[in-house]
Amino acid sequence: MPQVEEREGLGGVHDRGGWGSGGGGGDSELPGAFPLPTAKLGVWILLGVATVIFSALVSAYLVRMGLPDWKSSPKPGLLWLNTAVLALSSLSFQRALRAARRAEAPTVRAGIRLGGVLGMLFIAGQLRAWGQLQSLGLGVSSNPSSSFFYLITALHGLHLLGGLVAWAVVSRRPTPLRIELCALYWHFLLAVWGVLYGLLLLT
Amino acid sequence: MAHHSPGYHDHYVGPEPRSWWTRYVFCQDHKVIGIQYALTALFVGAVGMVLSWGMRLQLGFPGEFSFIDPSRYYQAVTQHGMIMVIYLLTAFLLGTFGNLLIPLMLGARDMAFPFVNMLSYWVYLLSVLVLLASFFVPGGPTGGGWTLYPPQTILKGTPGSDLGIVLMLVSLILFIIGFTMGGLNYVTTVLQLRTKGMTLMRMPLAVWGIFVATILALLAFPALFVGCVMQLLDRVAGSSFFIPTIVQFGQLQPHEGGSPLLFQHLFWYFGHPEVYIVILPAMGVISEIIAVHARKPIFGYPMMVLSILLIGALSFVVWAHHMYTSGMNPYFGFLFAVSTLIVAIPSAVKVFNWVLTLWRGNIHLTTPMLFAIAFLNTFLIGGLTGLFLGNVVLDFPLQDTYFVVAHFHMVMGVAAIVAIFAGIYHWFPKVTGRMMNETLGKIHFWATFVGTYAIFLPMHYIGLTGVPRRYYDFSNLQFVPESVHSLERFITVVALVVGVAQLLFAYNLVHSIFWGKPSGQNPWHAATLEWVAPTPAPHGNWGPVPPPVVYRWPYDYSVPGEVEDFIPQNRPTLQTQAAGGGGE
Repeated sequence: MPQVEEREGLGGVHDRGGWGSGGGGGDSELPGAFPLPTAKLGVWILLGVATVIFSALVSAYLVRMGLPDWKSSPKPGLLWLNTAVLALSSLSFQRALRAARRAEAPTVRAGIRLGGVLGMLFIAGQLRAWGQLQSLGLGVSSNPSSSFFYLITALHGLHLLGGLVAWAVVSRRPTPLRIELCALYWHFLLAVWGVLYGLLLLT
Repeated sequence: MAHHSPGYHDHYVGPEPRSWWTRYVFCQDHKVIGIQYALTALFVGAVGMVLSWGMRLQLGFPGEFSFIDPSRYYQAVTQHGMIMVIYLLTAFLLGTFGNLLIPLMLGARDMAFPFVNMLSYWVYLLSVLVLLASFFVPGGPTGGGWTLYPPQTILKGTPGSDLGIVLMLVSLILFIIGFTMGGLNYVTTVLQLRTKGMTLMRMPLAVWGIFVATILALLAFPALFVGCVMQLLDRVAGSSFFIPTIVQFGQLQPHEGGSPLLFQHLFWYFGHPEVYIVILPAMGVISEIIAVHARKPIFGYPMMVLSILLIGALSFVVWAHHMYTSGMNPYFGFLFAVSTLIVAIPSAVKVFNWVLTLWRGNIHLTTPMLFAIAFLNTFLIGGLTGLFLGNVVLDFPLQDTYFVVAHFHMVMGVAAIVAIFAGIYHWFPKVTGRMMNETLGKIHFWATFVGTYAIFLPMHYIGLTGVPRRYYDFSNLQFVPESVHSLERFITVVALVVGVAQLLFAYNLVHSIFWGKPSGQNPWHAATLEWVAPTPAPHGNWGPVPPPVVYRWPYDYSVPGEVEDFIPQNRPTLQTQAAGGGGE
């Protein structure tokens, strides 16, 4: 049998462990190995993936924009209104969260309901903006910048629709953590939209 | 602490299955989901293998099998590549090993989000069904090459440019959605659901490999996702993201101004990390098997972890080495060549550590160990040819020859598949409570190992003579020597034999489920936590007791003075011969 030296520290018989408490199991009171709710970590990772998707989209946009035949296409003014609606939606979830922490049930319900309805209104507004572009004769295939416009708004809209599924679950049984995650998701939606819309306006 | 106490983990067990449907079909138990992934992936893998026979028959005996016309040949090439890389290797190494091993090795009762985990499998299955459906639509599946480069995938004349490409892209989009659901679970579970005492630096290397590979996948698949959505719009909505102005057969195509190179960047930004998404879990699995079957602690555990992290980080800055010949600025080529060659360092550290783990070990040449050793040398051989191709000056002549085909089959095809076999033979007793047949396993091993070398070593030579890949027929090319044609026939015959040998594996797998020798709880005397659980593990993994508490790292094998030659991770004190009494 080979002789194995006992070693101190990592990787020996008497190792002292390493990073992370590893306290998630057994009878531990800790909310997981790292001190944050597991569901929150899940949502952060999901938003991380969404960030990569939108970054890939933005870098594709920037590369395409650099080619010599790039032409800007008009953006419907309605988008400003939609942006305001989305901001109000985000704000409404934040209000629900603050109310939930103070255990004011009616305000919580109203805030969540309003937030979701404003989210749907945003989607309706985006569809209306698509309609306006169509009536100007700008379709998906008209030119590169309008193709990108449809693609970017569509992906962002799908991201919001996914949020509405979560919203349906949360509004059935709102807990402070769930509302917090819903609000986080909506702030992220708003921030991503801000970046995308800024990019579309500037180019 | 009693089972009923509100332990944190109990919160994360999905509902107890009550009916046949929730036990075997719509099940939220990570072990069942892992098996579902395994069976689906092995099934599509078999389809992929049969497709490779189609193209081998054409290459070995050009023109003699009339059912392989050029369209079918290109469809077989394309679908073989896509199926093997995405639907078999990625799905098996992350979906199966991730699901089976992460909770059991970390002492958790289930994944963090069991319902999402179940959805992950069903979306994966849907993506497989969409992929297989493309074989039955008019025009057949896409034949544009597994890299799906536009514009050729979309232009008329490429097989499957009608519906095949649409279904392919939809299937990939679904796969990515399904994988993201699973990946969310793997990362969260590793970070949050480790049992008491299971620090990150006490995690088995298999979990480290799967964990880092999942992070890579979560960061890399989005680029493919965006690329697929854009190409789908090009195909169905008439946009021109990737399609330049093209005149085909005298007709001006409706697209204009798109950039095909943009797709290549998106594809390879995903495509290169994909190589490590496949190989890191394989490396982890191999580390476990080598330590257990050589009865030795893994050599240099912290360096193993560090090299996994380094390989993961470097994998994002090498993608353009797939595009040296696309007309890029030579300075970029230089940068990407340097970063590519640097990847060899952590990879070499890992090989070095595996070899030193074997050194003077008490090596048991069981079937899983044979496959693990096969991984070491196929990975090494395939990795060395990677150094050739990573150099710009060597890549220019070798690009798109069979040398490239031989290289990536060796390093990520054969190496990954032998790691999968090693893992199946090693953990089969954990899943079923029975052993697989060793004699059949060894015949399967030698047929596969010798066979794959017989297939891919000559392919390097064929590539060095300059034979281009993807050609339907090169029997009339002047520069191709006769030796290449005879080698092509040899390779085809060996490929058919290796394929048939896999039937032995299939028979062994099915037969052992019902009639294998009962294995007992820990047949390999392994120290990691999955063998502490009852075999086969019940729903919730640890039965009516709290999850195990971890006191040591996972590789305490052959500790001097110990009664047994392994110490499970959950044993608090040493049982020395003096204190525990009773020698060996």
